[in-house]
Amino acid sequence: MEKTTKPGRQGPDPETLLPGSSSLAVLLVVFTAVSFLVLFSIVRGGVGHVTESEGGRQAFGPADVTGVDFDHELLPGTEEAISGPDDGNFLVPPPPWSESGFFPCSECHSEMEVNPEHRVLEEMHDDIVLKHGPKDRWCLDCHNPDDRDVLRLVNGRLISFDESYLLCGQCHGTIFRDWRQGIHGRRQGYWNGGKSYLLCAHCHDPHAPAFHTLKPLPPPVRPQFLARAAQEEVQETPDE
Amino acid sequence: MSEKTLDRRTLMISAGLTTMAGISAAASGKSAGWVERLLKRRFVELSDQRREEILAELEASCRHRYGRDDITVGDTRAMDGVEFAYGLDLSRCIGCRRCVYACVHENNQSRDPQIHWIRVLEMKKDNGIDFAESNVYYDPEEVPEPENFYLPVACQQCRNPACTKVCPVKATWQEPDGIVVIDSDWCLGCRCCMSACPYGARHFNWTEPTIAADEINPDTHVFGNRPRPKGVVEKCTFCIQRTRKGRYPACVEICPVGARKFGNLLDEKGEMRYLMREKRVFVLKEELNTRPRFYYFFAT
Repeated sequence: MEKTTKPGRQGPDPETLLPGSSSLAVLLVVFTAVSFLVLFSIVRGGVGHVTESEGGRQAFGPADVTGVDFDHELLPGTEEAISGPDDGNFLVPPPPWSESGFFPCSECHSEMEVNPEHRVLEEMHDDIVLKHGPKDRWCLDCHNPDDRDVLRLVNGRLISFDESYLLCGQCHGTIFRDWRQGIHGRRQGYWNGGKSYLLCAHCHDPHAPAFHTLKPLPPPVRPQFLARAAQEEVQETPDE
Repeated sequence: MSEKTLDRRTLMISAGLTTMAGISAAASGKSAGWVERLLKRRFVELSDQRREEILAELEASCRHRYGRDDITVGDTRAMDGVEFAYGLDLSRCIGCRRCVYACVHENNQSRDPQIHWIRVLEMKKDNGIDFAESNVYYDPEEVPEPENFYLPVACQQCRNPACTKVCPVKATWQEPDGIVVIDSDWCLGCRCCMSACPYGARHFNWTEPTIAADEINPDTHVFGNRPRPKGVVEKCTFCIQRTRKGRYPACVEICPVGARKFGNLLDEKGEMRYLMREKRVFVLKEELNTRPRFYYFFAT
């Protein structure tokens, strides 16, 4: 009932429809907007889109990279070594001793009394921060109290530092299995012959085993900065 | 009719050319393969002796070009019973780009204009594998960044490669051990293969490649890392000069986290078979039926 009482609301009002000149104006506005958008996208795609601080402006090569040994030598003996499929007949470099040259541990520890108390180390080894597993983890969980030059497995078996992977494998069983099969860890040498394995401790600090972050090598050159390629017939063969 | 006939003129020209080429080849004894090019015979179709001669010529020209006497060009053939495959552990890769530069160092890519066979894509963990939103130019202070993961892409060495099918002159093909190679003496530079490859793995030498003489890797393979001329396409060959002698590819050995795995797919006890049995393995763009030999996996 209410609707019918309002006149002029039944359909589009012919008065509000755009006359010719207004529609032209609207078209013009749309056209300008689109061309601005296109222009903007062209500019964005160009050199100005990349801020000065962003990488990819310069072509770096391996020679510009310091601290990475691209010409690494294989471990002595890799050429001759034949890797056994199951018995782990492969090369492992010696364990990475801390640079202060603590080993052999018995040099100091043989004359010291064993202190099993959990405490903050102050006089020695104060650089070691334990960030590995549960909070109550303590030195003597892995290090053997009676002879510090060896490690001790949970079952009481004593192992040398060269076999420390056995100790890690007690908890990290799946990764230990992958490591033996060659899936976990870095390999160098021959895919069909001798290869070098690394101990867990070569890459993971046993006291704080999370892998550390690295500075990435420089990014590739962005296409808009491939200046030399854009020039025609840029250079001669480097004969001279 | 439209029947194809050999007219007298063509016959005489080709017979003449063949004779001339034969005579000059016999007379000079060595000719860097131009006779074969004239006769439309590809390197792989030649006799062992002729290959030796052409390799010696290539070696001499490389030595002259870079002024080094230690450059060798080999053509080590595929081993019997070997099919190479590659594994890359995405749960380990930290995006440090060591592999990219080790590859350039090993395979004599042009330094400027820069050619990288490996490109490491940075992707958001939230979005999963999304090529459109990926970024190869990332350059933070330290990697990995907790919200990102990294996906290195190079040639996938497909079993059903699109690139070799489109080559109009058979300059690229699949070797018995699975490596897709390019003969850069035979490549026209038409770049059809580049547009056919769905992985962006092929790269073009727009100019004469520049490499300092002291940065050249002198141990080269004729279909691999031998210095390329201008105007040819190049790509990853699984380090053919190394792997055919049993060595790991350069990228495998440099990877600081051991994310890269390489081996013989036909060796049941090998690491590749273990990996494919035990891990969650996938290939890129499976829906294209290229059937790559490059497997990505998650070890944990």
